[in-house]
Order: sequence, then structure tokens, then C-alpha cells
Amino acid sequence: MDSSLKRLTLPAPFKVMDCAMTILSLGRSAQTLRELRDHLASVPAQSISHHFYDSLLRPAFDDPEYRNDFAVWARRHLHDGLLAERFGVIDPMDYPDLEQLRQELIDIVEDRLAEAPEVPQAPRGKEFYFLRSQFVILDTGAHASAPRELAGMISKLSTGSIFYHFIEARRRHPGNPDDFSAWLEAWGPEHDAAREGLAAVDYQLWSLSELRDQIARALECLKVPEGVERR
Amino acid sequence: MNVTLDDYAEAAGSEVIEQIRALARPLQGKTVVQVSSTRVGGGVAEILTRLVPLMKDLGIRSSWEVIEGPPEFFAITKSFHNALQGNAVTVPASQLELYHEINRRNAEALKESLEGADFVFVHDPQPAALLRNLPKRRGRWVWRCHIDVNRPHRPVWKFLRDFVRPYDASVFSLASFAQPLTHPQYIIAPSIDPLSEKNMPLEREEVDETALRYDLDPQRPVILQVSRFDRFKDPVGVIRAYRLVKPHVPIQLVLAGGTAADDPESAEVLNEVLAEAGDDPDIHVLELPADAHRVINALQRRADLILQKSLREGFGLTVTEAMWKAKPVVGGETGGILLQIANFHTGFLVSTPEGAALRIRYLLSRPGAMAVMGQKARKFVRENFLLTRHLREYLTLMLGLHYGVNESVEIH
Repeated sequence: MDSSLKRLTLPAPFKVMDCAMTILSLGRSAQTLRELRDHLASVPAQSISHHFYDSLLRPAFDDPEYRNDFAVWARRHLHDGLLAERFGVIDPMDYPDLEQLRQELIDIVEDRLAEAPEVPQAPRGKEFYFLRSQFVILDTGAHASAPRELAGMISKLSTGSIFYHFIEARRRHPGNPDDFSAWLEAWGPEHDAAREGLAAVDYQLWSLSELRDQIARALECLKVPEGVERR
Repeated sequence: MNVTLDDYAEAAGSEVIEQIRALARPLQGKTVVQVSSTRVGGGVAEILTRLVPLMKDLGIRSSWEVIEGPPEFFAITKSFHNALQGNAVTVPASQLELYHEINRRNAEALKESLEGADFVFVHDPQPAALLRNLPKRRGRWVWRCHIDVNRPHRPVWKFLRDFVRPYDASVFSLASFAQPLTHPQYIIAPSIDPLSEKNMPLEREEVDETALRYDLDPQRPVILQVSRFDRFKDPVGVIRAYRLVKPHVPIQLVLAGGTAADDPESAEVLNEVLAEAGDDPDIHVLELPADAHRVINALQRRADLILQKSLREGFGLTVTEAMWKAKPVVGGETGGILLQIANFHTGFLVSTPEGAALRIRYLLSRPGAMAVMGQKARKFVRENFLLTRHLREYLTLMLGLHYGVNESVEIH
């Protein structure tokens, strides 16, 4: 596209949203791996989604070893390292929808049940508790009119905003990148370096405050003042 | 002290404050009433003391009511408390009738305040039966359970369940405490107030002066447990752990117990503790008044490490307080303590006096490791267990109930 034409149709400003989460119990728990399979087959899909994505917004000590609750439970309470690794490697973004993710989980559990000499069981009190989330999405009123403005505001965003724009965005639009990348794309190829930087941030490996730092670093290159040539 | 939400920006972050203000906007002008059984003593009273004015600061018509009853009523509700934490307690029918009767009387007394409220939060079992006595209530009622009800004594839970069932929602501190109920069950951890007298920063002189006032030797390590004199807090187990450490390290033990108006058992347990302590000059059993927040703050800051060797624990806010002061904690492997202590990161989880003794020795011999754990503990509390997070979750819950419990609500 001719760059002078692009300048005439500037992308709409980036609206900064925020979200707050509360957690609800489904009143269902699994003590054995077989019970986990049975519940996986029937819990609402939003519960599976909670256990993959939403733990980042939950009070819990940072344990970067595994980011989804199924892997953590398999490791800590079933003491089944093999199963934990199989759960742990799952990236929910690789599945077009939650039903296919559900099926993958069930397959992993059934494979393990078929090969394990006994049904793995957690001690009493260490059951897997199925949860779901409830979100309140807020328009903060803040917005960025240009990439440079966006880069300047990242470090001041709440962890709820980071979650909404960097993680929840992928769930809202499966197959799409985060909101920051999607918006920068509309500004043309001169912002590709920033988008590549964002793509290199692995959302599964960091806490939200760490992700905020990583995103801010990835967008650092946008802060170069107008008229200064980017290298 | 007149504190506003903006005063929390330094401790919690200004973005957190802005988020809370935005969440509260749709709730401005709504009436929210908290109901509990005591205005002083214990974690619930401490939370409400600050949460209620903060809601007011947000434009919510927020108030706090306290039920009244004779000592026999609180003896019954204490036995309920013990039963919900798993003790096999038999409650005679006459006592159940008194529980009904006191709730009936309080419902009558609080009718005007409660019937028209948009949201009512009823804390713990003591006032749980109020709802049944207010059939014309207008708003949403939420039962907030602060107790570890992971494995309740079934007959008592079944009795209480009938009062809890008609609520619009309940709130438990941990997922493992949730019960088979038909209404939505929220999972919300409690919190500490970083600006309260119990948690605010103190000058070194005040800490030293407090330690001297209680005859603590400034040259030797101090280990401390702060909690009501309650068997579930295992103060006797703490003394046993101290005795196992003493031959190796010349420690001093402080057991600082507050009392609460709704806990009639504490005097009995205090006597058991004093008997176990005997005449050991290095065991300091302090019976502090309910408002001795500053003293507790100073003692926590003086201590080298903190114990919370509970056998059952709803959440364990004393653990949170200690962590906020950058102290590692040796805590019982139970209830909400599990959510706070990560072995080798913020302290240690233990199940016996022997286990506690081993970890105390481990930590006291590694001051560098204690300092690193303490910093991790403080950061963890800052991100997860401050009052601002608690307030945000209550607001989110109210919005969820107000708009209907769907997956997400968008407000502009």
C-alpha cells in the first residue's frame, strides 16, 4: 500500500480495557485420575478454559514449572511426573475450540489410565476442584492514538489489562494474535519489529506482572521519536 | 485514622486503585450491609473495620451491623465453629433453639437496616439464620464463610445448611471449602490491611522498646506465634517445638494471644498453655487486649521468624501479616496456610512439633535464606492478599449478582 494513502486512514485509537475476575466453585472434585476423566467429559467448557488461562489472575504462588492446573495437580498431588509433562506441554491456543481441547485432555488421561499399573489417586484433601471464572470487563477510558503512545503506557497498565489484551484476546479470537499485535499490524510494516518482539513473548511462562515488563520491552522500539531513523 | 482508597496507591499500585474505582461506579448509591458477631477481635472484624469505610469512599452506602446475644449463644456458636472445622460436637436441641431465638431477636432489631439493603453480607455461622427471619428482604444476600469447612462434622453442617441454602450466593476462602449447595459459590481469599496499625511500617525504636517492655533479650533470636488461645492453633504444640529447638539455639518464644468477644473458650485454652509453659523464663505468654494491634505489629517485626502451627485454619491472616513484614513462616499444613506458604520459597509447611522444630533450626542457621524468603513473601502478599484485592473481588461479585451470574459482564 502506498504509505501516503495509509496515513489518510489512521487506525482507530487503541482502547484500553481492564478486567477483574472472581472465581466460582462448580462443586465438583476428582480424587482419582478416573474421576478426573469423568468430570472432564461433562464439566462446562468454561471450566476447562479457567484451568488453562485464568490461573494467572488467581492468588497463587508463582510456579513457572507448569502453567495449567491439570499439570500442577498431576505433579503435586498424583505425583505422576509423566502425566504432568504431558498436560504441561499443552498450549490451548493450538486447538480451534475448547471442545477439541477437552478431547485432548481426555485422551491424555485415558492413555495414562491404560498404561499405569494402578489408578493414580491424590490424598484426601488434595482433590482437583473444578472452578470457573466470572469476569467484569471495563472500559478504562484510556486510549493510545499512535504506537508510540501505546509503548509509553504499558508499564502503567493493570495486570487485568495485560490479561485482557494479551491473553484473553487470543481466547476471544482463536487463531489471532494478542490485541497489541493486531492493532500494530494496522499501522503497517514499519512496526513489524515490535510485533515480532511481542510474538516472542511466551504467555505461558510468565506471571502477569512479568508479562507486563516483557511487553513493555518488546515495544521499547516504538518509543523512537518521529524523524529518527529506526535501525 | 481516616483513610481513603487513594492512600493505598503506594502499597498496592495506582493502577489497582483506578481499577477499583471503575468497578465501583455502577454500584454507587447501592446499600451494602455487613453483618458479623463482633466488632473487635479476630480477622473478620479487622477486615470489616476498613472495608466498610472504603466502600463508602467509593460512593456505596456501606454499613456494618453486629448481632448481640448472651454468653450462652456465643458458646453455642463456638461449638458450631469447632464442629465445622471437624470436631465431633453434640449440640443439644435446647441450644439449637437458643440459636434460633437469638437470630430471631436480632432480625427484628436489624429489620430496618437489612430488609431494604441491596446487598447483605452475613459473616460466619453466628448470624446465618437472620435471613430466614426476614422474608420481606429485597436485596441479594451472601453468606461469607471464613472457616475451614473442608471436612465439617456432618450433623452440625446439615443443621446450618438449611439456613445457608436460601442465600443468593456464598463465599468460601478456598475451593476445598466449598459445599454442595445450589446457589453460586464464590472463592475469595481474605486479606490484610497494609495501612492498619497492625501492618503499617514502624520505627526501629518502637520495635525495640516493645520488645524490652516484654522482657525479650535483644541478643537472642525470637520466634513468635500470634493467635487466639484456641486448640486448633496448637499453642501447646508450639511450646513442644520450642523445647526441641532450645538445646540447639538459645531462642525465646512469644505466644501472643488476643481474645474475642465471640470466643468463650480462650480462657480455658490459655490455662492449658500456661501449664505447659511452666516457669520457663524464655516462654512469654502474652494475653493482649483485642486492640493491641501496634504491639503485635512490633512483635512480628522483632521476631526472627513466625509460627502458625495450626491444625485447622480458615485462612491464617497472621501468616499473611508476617509475610507482609518480610518474615518467613513455619505453618501447619492445613487450610488457607497452604495457599500462602510455598516450601523453601516463603517458609515451610509442617504437621508436627518435630517438623516445626526442624524447620526453625534450619531457618535460624541461615539468615541469608531467611532474608530472601522474607522478600519473596512480601511480594507475594502485595500481589495477592492486600485489602485492595479483596475489595475488588467483592465489587466483582456484586456486579455479577447484580447483572446475573454469567461468564462475563461488560460495563462502560
